[in-house]
Amino acid sequence: MVISTEGLTFNFGHQTVVKSLSLQVPEGSIYGFLGPNGAGKTTTIKLLMNLLKTQQGSIRIFEKELQSNRIEILSQIGSLIEQPAIYLHMSGKENLLNRALLLQIPEERVDEMLKLVHLTEAAHKKAGQYSLGMKQRLGIALALLPDPKLLILDEPTNGLDPNGIIEIRELLIRLVTKHQKTVFISSHLLGEIERMATHVGIINHGELLFQGSINELQTLSQPLVQIEAENTVDAANFLTRNNYEVTDITDHNFYVPYTSKQQMGELNTLLNQNGFTIYSISKQQKDLEKLFLAITQNA
Amino acid sequence: MLPLLLCLLLFVGFYSKNDQLAHEPGVMLWLQFAGAILAVMGSLILPMLIVFIAYSVNSIEHKADTWKTLFSLPISKLSVFGAKYFYAFFLVFICLLLFVLFTLGFGNLLSVVKPSLRFSEYRIEGILTKVYFKLFLSSLGILSIQFLLSLLFRDFLKPMGIGFVATITGVILAGNSWKYAYWFPYSHPLLSIQALEKGAHQQPGPGGMPQITIDIFSKEIFVSLAIAVLVFIAGYFIVLKKSVK
Repeated sequence: MVISTEGLTFNFGHQTVVKSLSLQVPEGSIYGFLGPNGAGKTTTIKLLMNLLKTQQGSIRIFEKELQSNRIEILSQIGSLIEQPAIYLHMSGKENLLNRALLLQIPEERVDEMLKLVHLTEAAHKKAGQYSLGMKQRLGIALALLPDPKLLILDEPTNGLDPNGIIEIRELLIRLVTKHQKTVFISSHLLGEIERMATHVGIINHGELLFQGSINELQTLSQPLVQIEAENTVDAANFLTRNNYEVTDITDHNFYVPYTSKQQMGELNTLLNQNGFTIYSISKQQKDLEKLFLAITQNA
Repeated sequence: MLPLLLCLLLFVGFYSKNDQLAHEPGVMLWLQFAGAILAVMGSLILPMLIVFIAYSVNSIEHKADTWKTLFSLPISKLSVFGAKYFYAFFLVFICLLLFVLFTLGFGNLLSVVKPSLRFSEYRIEGILTKVYFKLFLSSLGILSIQFLLSLLFRDFLKPMGIGFVATITGVILAGNSWKYAYWFPYSHPLLSIQALEKGAHQQPGPGGMPQITIDIFSKEIFVSLAIAVLVFIAGYFIVLKKSVK
């Protein structure tokens, strides 16, 4: 495990922001850390970076206790927390050079990073004049500069356009598959994470509600039969009278929990025989977005 | 910038008043010239300068929101804190050094431009350097306090307000020569400058020139240094324990 925490709890005054969190982030994974705004994601990340003092519980990174091995552990982590921290009066390149100087990294690496995040052309522009997306990319370049084994990114695609999001996603996948890095990435959008994450942790009100691989998350979701009908309300009412459970009705479709192929056939026959016009009937995996909402709302 | 501006102003002032000043002996000219700067320095400018320096060194990180990044780099917290402090320390030192150089430079320039002003009669370098060095040492207590305040408070008003009120208090205490003023760091610059007056001997020295001796390590300097060291150490432990928001 690259990151493992046990019973991690953090209070701001009387408010418990993180409740006995036990994260398990395996090596070589892209761990999507999901939760709505204010769920305790950033607080957790600050605890992982030792910016906030651990009040209860323990944090182990690279199988080492964080408090007592702070510098050794931090030297292998690249991070981007909330808005990127950039000196606005300096150019993008100067920001990177400044960091390279602090960490004793060769200067060539700065140009590599600029190229990697497509900022070579804007390298000499003041960072204060950068767009939000450019600042975010510079922040990612700063995080990647020391070539860390573990990348901790807090909502790195905030403010990026769709192209930028895809670029970042591909970059992260490349880092993990080709360079054996581990990425811990937080987000409030599941859609953004599900296409790259191998593992997912879902947090709300400071509590970890789900943790596991993305496949485990998918098996949690229950398949549905989607029925497209001329008059969805009447058809749905009819099925309810016949002891079927109807989970959702829209203008065009309604949904019944899927159990077997036979069941789908029976539904079809029943509706047809009773004079309902059915346009289509199909099996559907409940999408992760809905699952995510269900998990975070039930808590 | 500030030393240059002040000395330049004074230069212009002396230059335009050279008729009245022409009959003064060299030593008095120097004392008036350097003293005019020192008087404002000690009472107001130096403490305020320190407030600004301490603020600007820290505010650059507050503004860019880079404290969290600095403290998540594999660099010990002592290095970050120490480097910041010594940069502020260095800025104050440079500033005072410039004051010495410009005072001497402009004084000598005056004697060249207006030979009627007899600046060249007296050599003040030694005394001036000593006074400014004493001033520098006396300001370290304030520097530590203001540095810590600027580090803890994000806004400018708190360290500025506290610094300003404390400076005024310091001037009043030292100005009224209160017995225990040397315990109050914001009084130290003014107390140091008062040493210049106290150091003047009644008997003229060889060649009929007045003699001035400066005792650099007086008790307010020791208090200032002790406060500087204590607050620095306390500040380090605060940074160590403090959570970065």
